[in-house]
Amino acid sequence: MKLARDTWLIFQRQIQLLLRNPVWVFVGVFQPVMYLLLFAPLLTKALNAPTQAAAYKFFVPGLLVLLAIFGGLFQGFGLIAELRAGVIERSRVTPVSRLALLLGRSLRDVVSLIAQAIIITLLALLFDLRVFIGYLLLAYLMLALIALMTSAVSYGVALKVKSEDALAPLMNTVAQPVLLLSGILLPLAYAPGWLQGVANWNPFSWAVLGSRALFAGDLSNAKVWQGLTIVAVLAVAGVVWAARQFARSVR
Amino acid sequence: MIKTRGLRKSFRSRAGRETKTVDAVRGVNLDVAEGEIFGFLGPNGAGKTTTLRMLATLIEPDGGEATIAGANLRKEPAEVRRRIGYVAQGGSTWDESTAREELVLQARFYGIGKAEAQRRAARALDAFQLTEYADRKCKTYSGGQRRRVEIALGIIHEPKIVFLDEPTTGLDPQSRAHMWDEIRRLRAEGMTVFITTHYLDEADALCDRIAIMDHGQVVAEGTPAELKREISGEVVQVGLDAANTPRAAELLDSEAYVNKLETVDQGGLRLFVEDGATAIPQVLRRLDAAGLDLRSIELHRPSLDDVFLTKTGRSLRES
Repeated sequence: MKLARDTWLIFQRQIQLLLRNPVWVFVGVFQPVMYLLLFAPLLTKALNAPTQAAAYKFFVPGLLVLLAIFGGLFQGFGLIAELRAGVIERSRVTPVSRLALLLGRSLRDVVSLIAQAIIITLLALLFDLRVFIGYLLLAYLMLALIALMTSAVSYGVALKVKSEDALAPLMNTVAQPVLLLSGILLPLAYAPGWLQGVANWNPFSWAVLGSRALFAGDLSNAKVWQGLTIVAVLAVAGVVWAARQFARSVR
Repeated sequence: MIKTRGLRKSFRSRAGRETKTVDAVRGVNLDVAEGEIFGFLGPNGAGKTTTLRMLATLIEPDGGEATIAGANLRKEPAEVRRRIGYVAQGGSTWDESTAREELVLQARFYGIGKAEAQRRAARALDAFQLTEYADRKCKTYSGGQRRRVEIALGIIHEPKIVFLDEPTTGLDPQSRAHMWDEIRRLRAEGMTVFITTHYLDEADALCDRIAIMDHGQVVAEGTPAELKREISGEVVQVGLDAANTPRAAELLDSEAYVNKLETVDQGGLRLFVEDGATAIPQVLRRLDAAGLDLRSIELHRPSLDDVFLTKTGRSLRES
């Protein structure tokens, strides 16, 4: 229970600080909305989609996964600022749970991601996107697990490198191939065989396929449970690893 | 309250391809009694902060034993955490939070309930004269105010011991005097206070007992008065040109009344003598006879700097 209580304490504080600076909400939504307005219209023709709605059904789930990956991976920057201010060290001399130090922060990231996802989904409704609510919630679960994993990994790496200068190129280097190999912008069905083979090893491409199946209302598609399982396992691994970094002695 | 035996820590640092091992703390034995202000005095890089961070469970010792407020440092670090407070040198408050929020959160980290945490925060704000700024963001505070918030954070759970790492570094003289009062107040409330400092006057004025640290080891320990008494007599400081210093040292070293002699780096000598008043005329005569020009001569009681100088061969001010 101590873990739940401590996690709640950290989460509450982090959310409070986030809301105190509402510009982040704007920044967080601005970019995906740009994709929605300026990129998605190209897709109807590019994909030979029968309708605009069909194109959005393809594109929106990918966009949300993209948001979850990037939103999470760059959370480490905030932690480095906290490290520098001495806030982390101050927490570490108290008996507060080390796992809670991580989970409280990652949960804030998950919640803010889901808030963004809801805004994007609502906007997409204006473009004739229609999804059954139960499937949508499952897709959000997928997003939440992705964000939990990527933000945990980002925090763990931030604790290891302790500098923005190292974190930025590192995260970019990870994010770029992950993005290109996940079939978010264009379907990997267009890719040559070797590229598809490589993409099969990218867990996020499974997540994207799973999310698309959910948006298409195809719950029986094996990609749904496969995607969910893969990201769930990775999220647990990411959290365990990052929590260790919080517990470890840092100089 | 604190007992350490043979506490050690080394760090590996990488310079290019080579890895170098730096022995930051090389076997520290300390005994700190309940209710005293214990000072850790030494130059930057002496290993004070590393020792403190080991005692505060932030880094694991490579060797040695320590008992803190009755808890074993290596076997029960969680228990040690509950019993101590620690205030880091570099600050620990978040710019965008208010002092009250920070205090409530800190209290809750120690398992204190919400209502009680709020009561304690209010009490701490009052005690540290912060009530007026309690609901402003920390980034708006002055250096002295912020340091007071940090100390309040360190003791919100009423620990038996509080560690303060260089609590007055960077403060203006008035805030510094104010901080000394706060630290004495903690002692009056029954807390054991362990501070590090590189200010001689601070160690002298504030601490009940001090340990002088240099190159990862404790080189002297005792009350400031005891340490100064170890250097019997008085100190005559002779100002000389650097060129004349070696010759003067040679002449005066053979004088019977000079117990010990140290060369000051920029030129000049420090003579440790039993009775300064009778030594001065003899020094003057001796140097005058040899035709060595004297720039200044002064007499003073031994300071902690003299203690440091005799123990390490260097002046604390210079290191």
